[in-house]
Amino acid sequence: MRNITLSQAVNEALAEEMRRDPTVFIIGEDVAEAGTPFKVLSGLVEEFGTQRVIDTPISEPGFMGIAVGAAMTGARPVVDLMFGDFIFLIMDQLCNQAAKTHYMSGGKLSVPLVLRTNLGATRRSAAQHSQSLHALVAHIPGLKVALPSSAYEAKGLMKTAIRDNNPVVIFEDKLMYSDKAPVPDEEYLIPFGQAEIKRAGKDITLVATSSMVQVCEKAADILAAENISAEVIDPRTIVPLDEETLVNSAKKTSRVIVVDEGHQSYGITGEIASRINEKAFYHLDAPVLRMGAMDVPVPFSPVLEDLTVPTPEAVVEKARKLVSGEMIHAA
Amino acid sequence: MSPVKKKTNSEDYLRMYRQMVRIRVFEDNANQLYLSAKMPGLTHMYSGEEAVAVGICEALRVSDKITSTHRGHGHCVAKGARFKEMFCELLGREEGYCRGKGGSMHIADQSNGNLGANAIVGGSMGIATGSALRAKLQGSDDVTVCFFGDGATAQGLLYEVMNMAALWKLPVIYACENNGYSEYTKTEEIAAGSIVARAEAFGIESFRVDGQDVLAVNDLAQKLVGRARRGEGPFFIELVTYRYHGHHVGDINRDYYRSKEEEAIWKERRDPIVNFGKWLTDEGVASAKELQAIEEEVRADAKAAVEYALAARYPEAAEVDMHVYAATDPDTLRPGA
Ligand SMILES: Cc1ncc(C[n+]2csc(CCOP(=O)(O)OP(=O)(O)O)c2C)c(N)n1
Ligand SMILES: [Mg+2]
Repeated sequence: MRNITLSQAVNEALAEEMRRDPTVFIIGEDVAEAGTPFKVLSGLVEEFGTQRVIDTPISEPGFMGIAVGAAMTGARPVVDLMFGDFIFLIMDQLCNQAAKTHYMSGGKLSVPLVLRTNLGATRRSAAQHSQSLHALVAHIPGLKVALPSSAYEAKGLMKTAIRDNNPVVIFEDKLMYSDKAPVPDEEYLIPFGQAEIKRAGKDITLVATSSMVQVCEKAADILAAENISAEVIDPRTIVPLDEETLVNSAKKTSRVIVVDEGHQSYGITGEIASRINEKAFYHLDAPVLRMGAMDVPVPFSPVLEDLTVPTPEAVVEKARKLVSGEMIHAA
Repeated sequence: MSPVKKKTNSEDYLRMYRQMVRIRVFEDNANQLYLSAKMPGLTHMYSGEEAVAVGICEALRVSDKITSTHRGHGHCVAKGARFKEMFCELLGREEGYCRGKGGSMHIADQSNGNLGANAIVGGSMGIATGSALRAKLQGSDDVTVCFFGDGATAQGLLYEVMNMAALWKLPVIYACENNGYSEYTKTEEIAAGSIVARAEAFGIESFRVDGQDVLAVNDLAQKLVGRARRGEGPFFIELVTYRYHGHHVGDINRDYYRSKEEEAIWKERRDPIVNFGKWLTDEGVASAKELQAIEEEVRADAKAAVEYALAARYPEAAEVDMHVYAATDPDTLRPGA
């Protein structure tokens, strides 16, 4: 094991898969020489050339569509979408074309592509560069959605995504690109639909995605000092979702908070909470709670922006109330 | 330029000069705020492109509209914005033009007809065209100018709205600021064929102009704005210009995509402010001393605004969920109202 950054982990995953499979190529804005604004792809064009690391004009729907066509005819494109917020520009190609082709063709055509993009606020980038929009695509049957929470997941999930025969959308947390985590030297893949218990506990379950895993781990530390034992679970992919691990944990602890950086309303916290309610109802001591980003466009001013995203302190406060029984009739 | 014209226009000339200096000085201060870690986030400098915004906006009146870009401070200043509210916005303060909610990339100044900067490349092309449609429907002769970069010409939206603008003869001017780069990529690598020819294909009269020459830009803009007011629009202008800084303030090591020599040539030979200042003194419109005084005044103005903004209040926490929805007067919702 060595400690590498999330950036390096993604870079390694791509390089390994590109060496392994000549049909894999990268396409997007400033991916080649510039290696993306976040420098995640640095060095790839030097190894694989401009035929496989393709710079595009600022034409998101265009290059997304091109990737869909290339995937349908035998390639495995990895589309680089500079900011998750730009997903609105490519929705037709992603959701009406890529997501539905396999089904509409009666299983005859498939679209094995990866869309890698990012999520996460608090970078002081305002409302059009800070959104966490994974719920939008998770809503569309035919798309798989992965949310790596550290360098380790970023590498393993990327490799699986590239080999998967479906369109997969990976959202990296843009604030985590330079965070380091232990990553094995040898090759590994992380299967989709397998949640990871990041920390075992018995009093309360914190289901956390992406950027919120760190937040919940910090919350769990604080709670531990108060003798509240929190289990932190990272679903890693939200489509497919490892319901079993989540439900088993809920049955064990009887209290659950689902924490995610997407907007709370109509977001994935509601979906996950609902599935736990349906399958663990008799084991629960309290309603499953949701914590998402505030239902506001992300404000620029730091004093406002910091209010919009769940923090360890906010999670701790909710967890305390849940454990003490205060929320039983409140929610 | 004839001497007669020169005399009658000297006030306009000096205002144009001052506006260009205001943009340069605003950006110098914004860059300093970034470098000294006093400004949250990143920002994109307009320095080098001043003649574009000023040449065009000086042909507009307050009720005319503009839409702006991620590199939007220049448009905002040129359309008449004040330093104080702009710096407050860049620093996320309550007194900013957008109450600190938008920041550099979303700065808008409704009072001067600036419909806003945009962090989505090409994101304002529909908005500008819609604003022109509104003017036409309303029977007003206001004109809208849509600023966007060379990189933004790759967005399909442009071609959809130019088609409609041409079909419906809308009073909109598409102003493409070709600064040679989109982010870290040269324009010739991302734009096939000729940019103006694309607009011409829709039957839109198109022009290419030296964006470092404020008089050339202003001359053309005066003509086209006048014609657009009379229903002869739309028009398309490609303005050849250059950005002095990196793509954003953090883009410091950029030799790999743009040489220092190239930057030096533009800065030393093509500077829009220096060259216009020289013309003003050569033509006897102003003395070097007078121009110097303008700059000092502007610098003092900016310094005061920065100090004000640094000390200004942040928005109250309660503002965070204000303005998500606009209020609707319930009286208008009664049947028959
Ligand atoms: C739809 C969209 N794609 C990509 C970006 C990232 N981005 C921001 S500015 C920029 C380059 C824009 O180039 P250009 O239009 O020439 O304007 P300039 O920066 O040169 O003024 C890019 C790719 C974005 N903000 N929006
Ligand atoms: Mg440009």
